[in-house]
Amino acid sequence: MTPSLRRVGAMVLRHLYILRGSWPRVLEMAYWPAVNMVVWGFTSQFFMQHSAWVAQAAGVLIGAVILWDVMFRGNLGVSLSFMEEMWSRNLGHLSVSPLRPHELVAAMLTMSFVRTMIGVVPAAVLAIPLYGFSIFELGLPLVAFWANLMITGWAIGLGVSALVLRFGLGAESLAWVMVFAVAPLACIYYPVSALPDWLQTVAWALPPAYVFEGMRSLMFGDGFDLSLLTGAVALNALYILGTAALFLHTHHVARERGLLLTQGE
Amino acid sequence: MDHPAIPPAIQVEDLRKCFGPVMAVDGISFTVASGSVTAMLGGNGAGKTTTISMLLGLLLPTSGTVRVLGEDMVAHRYRVLPRVNFSSPYVELPLRLTVAENLTVYGHLYGIADVKGRIRALAEELELTAYLDRPSGRLSAGQKTRLGLAKALLNQPELLLLDEPTASLDPDTADWVRGYFESYRRRTGATILLASHNMQEVERMCDQVLMMKAGKVVDQGAPAELIGRYGRATMEEVFLDIARDRRRADKEAAQ
Repeated sequence: MTPSLRRVGAMVLRHLYILRGSWPRVLEMAYWPAVNMVVWGFTSQFFMQHSAWVAQAAGVLIGAVILWDVMFRGNLGVSLSFMEEMWSRNLGHLSVSPLRPHELVAAMLTMSFVRTMIGVVPAAVLAIPLYGFSIFELGLPLVAFWANLMITGWAIGLGVSALVLRFGLGAESLAWVMVFAVAPLACIYYPVSALPDWLQTVAWALPPAYVFEGMRSLMFGDGFDLSLLTGAVALNALYILGTAALFLHTHHVARERGLLLTQGE
Repeated sequence: MDHPAIPPAIQVEDLRKCFGPVMAVDGISFTVASGSVTAMLGGNGAGKTTTISMLLGLLLPTSGTVRVLGEDMVAHRYRVLPRVNFSSPYVELPLRLTVAENLTVYGHLYGIADVKGRIRALAEELELTAYLDRPSGRLSAGQKTRLGLAKALLNQPELLLLDEPTASLDPDTADWVRGYFESYRRRTGATILLASHNMQEVERMCDQVLMMKAGKVVDQGAPAELIGRYGRATMEEVFLDIARDRRRADKEAAQ
């Protein structure tokens, strides 16, 4: 059978139509290389100037990776739980049941906690025999770090869910895009001081920067910094309340526009 | 002894819904008597689904009022929803969950006291017992319809809203489903409102028909009454009269 360029072109066109109507998909294509370049650019730049830094605290990078995953999984736990309902076209049935929108939010947050524990605890345990590093040795402060990062993840997840409800499943990639947008500014692998001055101000507006600074302070033997914890808690309260309000408002808008029954790509 | 008048199950007054410049529902008013079966008929785009969505509170009206079981659906939706349910072949239940898992989730959402017992009874009644452990995605169209029905009946609703309840079913299964609705209504006195394109179904099941066109209720009455009024032999012919009148009007407007 002769291959037909026209048929191939038709299929290419089918996907171009989708791209044309979905800005999140286009954004995503350019996004990952840019984010990777920024995160690893800052990391390499910092290590070039402070080569002995990592050696001072064994496991500082492993600890950072594990805690970053708490935030990442916390976000996915919320947004995936919501998108599951859209993928299965179940939102219509849920919306005519006695389930209130704030109860849906509470269920999504609970599921996020469950998913995060299932995802991160085994990795944290595995680091003990593999690298001789136990994040659990951080003790009680670990609970504070963990809780704060998970709440930041929830805030991002609620924001993403609101956008997906508003713009449809074409925006689903935002679940990954949004959390990684925070990564360079969260200062996971390097201190906030490694950023250019103007970006440091932006970083201090985000709770993860406080958490990772707090983690490093503890691991480098400088003790638990309560002011960093206070900063993270205050900002998290602001973000989680803001994004929960955004989600509930978007749900109301969805009822005005008839989006609860007509979700798709 | 005088009995107090039973309030209508649904009371709609001057209901409108605009999507930008498009008027999807244009000032409709109607009531649905408690315990009756009412059909909403009309061609595609007539405003049936939009109206049902507003009756369920899924969609907020632009103006007008909707009272369901005596409550305002905009202000007090959550007082009504535990007493209402809905089924549509176009709104699925999660395909990876088994029949029993899906029904368990909804049993808890509706606050059913004995979820397991209720599922067991419904599964028996709707011939789903053999499929309780099967993922919903692996059910046939008829089995999926029965699952949707089981979900819609979990809370023994006083008002059941059905969107094309027998669409895509073979005649045997469709007949079984209609028979089930009739027996449910007889047993419980529930009110049923359905949107359908199947005129035989409407003639067989319904006490009242609302004919919709271009977002308006253009006629209403019992099936026999409408058939007589239009001088036709069946509801299908009545439906075609209204639809073709629309086409003629469209043509005239285009000229």
